[in-house]
Amino acid sequence: MRRLRAPGPGEAASAATALRRALGSLRESPLAITGAAILAFWLAMAVLAPVLPLADPNLPLEPLRPPLSVGADGSTTFWLGTDIKGRDVLSRLIWGARRVLVWAGLATLAAYLVGIAMGLVAGYRGGWWDEALSFLANLLLSFPVMVLYIVVITRIGASPINIVLAVTFASAPAIMRIVRGLVLDLKTRDYVLAARTRGEGALWIMFVELLPNARGPLIVDACLRMGYTTIALATLGFLGLGLPPPDPDWGAMIAETQPMGAFAGHAMLFPALAVSSLVLGFNLLADGLREISLRD
Amino acid sequence: MLRLAARRFGAMILIMAVVSFILFLIFETDKLAVAGKVLGPYSSLEQRELWLEREGYNRPFLVRYGEWVTDALRGDFGESIRFKAPVADLLWPRLANSAILAGLVFLLMIPLSLLLGVLAGMREGSLLDRGLSFLSILTTSVPEFASAAFLVALFVFELRWLPGTSAMTGGFDWSQLVLPVAVLVLYDFGYVARMTRASMAEVMTSHYIRTAILKGLPRHRVVLRHALRNALIAPFTVIVLQLNWLLSGVIVVEVFFAYKGFGALLYDAAMFGDIYLIEACTMVAVFVAVFSQFVSDVGYTLLNPRIRFAGSTVR
Amino acid sequence: MRAPPEEGPVLACEGLCVSYFTRAGEIPAVVDFDLRIAPGEAVGLVGESGCGKSTVALAIMRYLGRAGRIVAGRIRFRGRDLVPLGERELRRIRGARIGMIYQEPMASLNPSMKIGAQLLEVPLCHRNLRRGEARERALEMLARVGLPDTRRIFGSYPHQLSGGQQQRVVIAMALLADPDLLLLDEPTTALDVTIEAGILDLVGDISARFGTALLYISHNLGLIRRTCDRVAVMYAGEVVEEGGVEEVFGAMRHPYTQGLFDAVPLPGSDRATRPLRPIPGRLPLPQERPRGCVFGPRCAHFRAGICDRRQRMEALTGGRLQRVRCARHGEIRRPPRGRSTGPPEAREPGAVMLEVRGLDKEYAVGDGPFTLFTGDGRRRIRANRKLDLLAREGETLAIVGESGCGKSTFAKVLVGLEPATAGRIRFEGREVAAAPVEKRERELVARLQMIFQNPFETLNPSLTVGAQIARVVRKFGLARGREEVRRRVFELLELVKLPREFFWRRPRQLSGGQKQRIGIARAFAGDPKLVVADEPVSALDVSVQAAVVELLTDIQRRRRTTLLFISHDLSLVRYLADRVVVMYLGRIVEQGTAEAVFTPPYHPYTEALLSAVPVADPAVVTRRIILEGELPSALEPPSGCPFHTRCPRKAGALCEEREPPEQRFGADHRIACHLPAEELARGATVFRDAGLPGFP
Ligand code: SF4
Ligand code: SF4
Repeated sequence: MRRLRAPGPGEAASAATALRRALGSLRESPLAITGAAILAFWLAMAVLAPVLPLADPNLPLEPLRPPLSVGADGSTTFWLGTDIKGRDVLSRLIWGARRVLVWAGLATLAAYLVGIAMGLVAGYRGGWWDEALSFLANLLLSFPVMVLYIVVITRIGASPINIVLAVTFASAPAIMRIVRGLVLDLKTRDYVLAARTRGEGALWIMFVELLPNARGPLIVDACLRMGYTTIALATLGFLGLGLPPPDPDWGAMIAETQPMGAFAGHAMLFPALAVSSLVLGFNLLADGLREISLRD
Repeated sequence: MLRLAARRFGAMILIMAVVSFILFLIFETDKLAVAGKVLGPYSSLEQRELWLEREGYNRPFLVRYGEWVTDALRGDFGESIRFKAPVADLLWPRLANSAILAGLVFLLMIPLSLLLGVLAGMREGSLLDRGLSFLSILTTSVPEFASAAFLVALFVFELRWLPGTSAMTGGFDWSQLVLPVAVLVLYDFGYVARMTRASMAEVMTSHYIRTAILKGLPRHRVVLRHALRNALIAPFTVIVLQLNWLLSGVIVVEVFFAYKGFGALLYDAAMFGDIYLIEACTMVAVFVAVFSQFVSDVGYTLLNPRIRFAGSTVR
Repeated sequence: MRAPPEEGPVLACEGLCVSYFTRAGEIPAVVDFDLRIAPGEAVGLVGESGCGKSTVALAIMRYLGRAGRIVAGRIRFRGRDLVPLGERELRRIRGARIGMIYQEPMASLNPSMKIGAQLLEVPLCHRNLRRGEARERALEMLARVGLPDTRRIFGSYPHQLSGGQQQRVVIAMALLADPDLLLLDEPTTALDVTIEAGILDLVGDISARFGTALLYISHNLGLIRRTCDRVAVMYAGEVVEEGGVEEVFGAMRHPYTQGLFDAVPLPGSDRATRPLRPIPGRLPLPQERPRGCVFGPRCAHFRAGICDRRQRMEALTGGRLQRVRCARHGEIRRPPRGRSTGPPEAREPGAVMLEVRGLDKEYAVGDGPFTLFTGDGRRRIRANRKLDLLAREGETLAIVGESGCGKSTFAKVLVGLEPATAGRIRFEGREVAAAPVEKRERELVARLQMIFQNPFETLNPSLTVGAQIARVVRKFGLARGREEVRRRVFELLELVKLPREFFWRRPRQLSGGQKQRIGIARAFAGDPKLVVADEPVSALDVSVQAAVVELLTDIQRRRRTTLLFISHDLSLVRYLADRVVVMYLGRIVEQGTAEAVFTPPYHPYTEALLSAVPVADPAVVTRRIILEGELPSALEPPSGCPFHTRCPRKAGALCEEREPPEQRFGADHRIACHLPAEELARGATVFRDAGLPGFP
């Protein structure tokens, strides 16, 4: 009972088929669909932020209005109320989504580029390369993540680039370990040996024989890591170490409101909901993808 | 086995040495900034230079590093600029407070997540399994500060059952620990529970469990004697390593609830630029992380006879 | 409390149907299965992978997992139907009255529990013994299954034992409750032949002594012949033929059984007289099984109108036990088998292609020099020691030996995947021992290629078949430009008898045999002079094996390529090799022409190895030599002659102290042994052909 599914006919347009297959199998996992839907929602909000009829996120209007209240001018509605400085919470949420998705995406991408490069070299080359890179990874991983963030950012300052840098520092070693583990397993496969016996170079082996075949676990991990990075960015914002104000930041929105939380619960709860739902989206998608990859 | 432990220990010491060196490098290469922090923002350049000379900062870097390390090993971490007190005096009570917090979290989280994980893994695909799976995805998706916001809104603002800060200004108060502990347990238990579940589910489908069942053993014996021991090896390492994550969470929670713990101290020190304090706090944090790694490595070998007795074969 | 001996069968399966229920719907795994096993009888269940034989065993144990279900039929054990029983009642039967022995002994023992504790559970659970008595019994049983130093084994963990010892422990565990029936599911497939022979002997001995009935499940026809009284042949979930072993193997009636026999090499017949014949086509997926005879689409005797009905088991006339599920069994006659008529025609030896002199390969187990972060310490293994051999143009040189003998390491050194530690390798007059493949020039790489063992790993899962072969064509500079490359790839596909559509296929759409063909195409792309094939067919089913072997040797002969065929399968080696090298623990113990190696004088190890091969042909009589002891670890090889710890003909202390000299017999036959030449020459042949079987 090894292979239950009949092999399909020859595929010509393999990329398109692969995509269709991925989407097709996604349909079989309700968790993955829910996750994808949440992500699609936030992605749409982030992309559409400039064209949506929203108030200026940084413009103080009327402080501490509850959700669904109508502004003094009688025409604007504060769907989610205003915060203690009188800024429209909905607008800040949506612009905040844009910000977190862009920077979390970039940071994860940077971490992946570094992590994959390190992992491929350490795993495939082995020997001293492996020892040195593993030592470096262990060194960075020995900092509790938040401590690393705090130390790095208080030293180099909280700018978007620095935050990407800090995330790369914190995540790349973990990614490197995963890639290294996968490579150590894959490099003993016969097709890698076959590539070597026909004289392929290290680059070809790493990027054609090894990396594409490690993609399954890496895609799942990338999804999870987007979630972690979102949490990390928001937490930094909460601690006042995030992207600089006044542009909206979900974590900072909670921190600003917290001392007056009793009067402005909504200005604290909505950003908390937003960040949780976005991370949930990533985690659900990751779980769904993992389940699908285990199934066949 | 002993050799392995010794080797891991050596690795730990090496990491600590390198980390301390890097930290020293990060914070004390910019000597003028150090002087500025100590003498205050209005001190003149000459004053700062003079102070550096007097305090011996112009001696070679490695010499100063050596002194710093030997002092630190004797428990002397220098003086906090902000609190105007020896770092060591500040550090220990704060660490004790955080230990109480973390201890309570582990006390609640470990039994809860192991129990749920084992039960779910025993019956893969059951309602409990699916429920736990969803619940743990949900709770691990809510960052600590967000769940703190939710809990505070509910229990502090709505129901008015619990205090919203945990500064303990009026002496020790258990009720002030409830929310911080709840936040941390909520965020961390899901991960451990899922690991336990996965490990248990894998063991339950293994061939030796099949052997045990087909030997005609009663189910409770199969689970307790055969499955559990093997299934708990992986979660053990995860739990120990969780200390590293918990430390991150502790910082957020302590800041949120104004709890006077080690995390908040580190945060304050970093925000204020209190150099000796940051160095000391970071060293402690790294020590905790590296030591837990050591414990997890050694524990893993102890729990796993295949590694423990590697090489000693009966032939 | 054992029931008084009853007359009826121990086990009777009646109309058993088992299905798995998956997302793809119901998948019938076993259909209409009937089987009776009398007390003390040994019955074999034979078939290729996917035929449902293991499902039968699990169904008898009522352990089918969540997805599997018995959808019809009965399983009577001592007259009592097991199908409706609940867990509680099953517990009194499992382990107590039916024992099971599994394919992978290591995986079936709990890794974190001592052997003793795992053994004790059985008597403690099933018979109300006190701990002390149970312990006595367990130790006694360990001794009975032929384990040395029982107390030490009692207190050790599974991973501290060798595979053969582990399997003996599993057998002891199964026997502790004194069961009526033992189910053995491929019990020796994971073990080396010499170890297998010992286990088979033990099992036979036990069933004779305790009167235990055996159900022996295997894909290996020879093994069934060696161990069983009766046999049932399964195909696509159905029994297609059953009867007494000598009966069925001597005069099989079902075309599938015949096909299985024609696909395996047998001693006493060779390439010229009896070429291997693969079964055409492939096993239909359960949901695609034909309505009529399940074997219909692959059967040469298919006749419309007769064969497209469902077939029933029919007894043969003439008072025999044999039953066949084939409507045409009365008409089909198997052509008489060709017999070897002396040595095969000698082929002209070509020029020397490969010359290996004093080759040593050592490698470290463990990690790099600075092992603080990646792992444990290191020890050195001498995988190859002082190898000397020659290979000529167009010849097939086989390297045989059991696991750990260093044959695969040698292959890797040869193609440059690992550097040699010492010694010389001259290929076409060029020295290549020190050159890793990355440093070899393109042309040399193309002329020295390799075919790999595992069909499931031999192709990159992310690329199409076409892209992978095209890469080789480009890499070796055989063609340039899209069209030209594609044309070359099509030629190569044709060479391995695959249609052009395979260009666009992905590896996961291919069967194991097809993947191995692509592997062959890849190796032969650059017109190599030497191809190293490391166990190229050992992971394939026998019917597919034959096709791949024939294809490979055919291409090789036509192109006069030198083939270095690495294998543990002596029957196959005898079938296709011109010359044979026998290795043991990193050394060559014997080498010579195939004819010389497979007839006396033998090296004592070769002799034992040959005798351990189970032969399916009832006409062949094998002289049995069972080796004592376990294969020594390659980390601590014995001093002197590496074989002295197990050698049945050991010539005293000399063998332990001094390395044996190489003795020459004839032009091309060398044996490394201390025994005097006359003594070696005195041995009798291992196989004797007893003439045609006594059945019409
Ligand atoms: S019934 Fe027909 S198709 Fe089936 S095995 Fe017999 S001859 Fe072949
Ligand atoms: S040298 Fe001695 S131990 Fe080795 S094979 Fe010959 S007789 Fe046996």
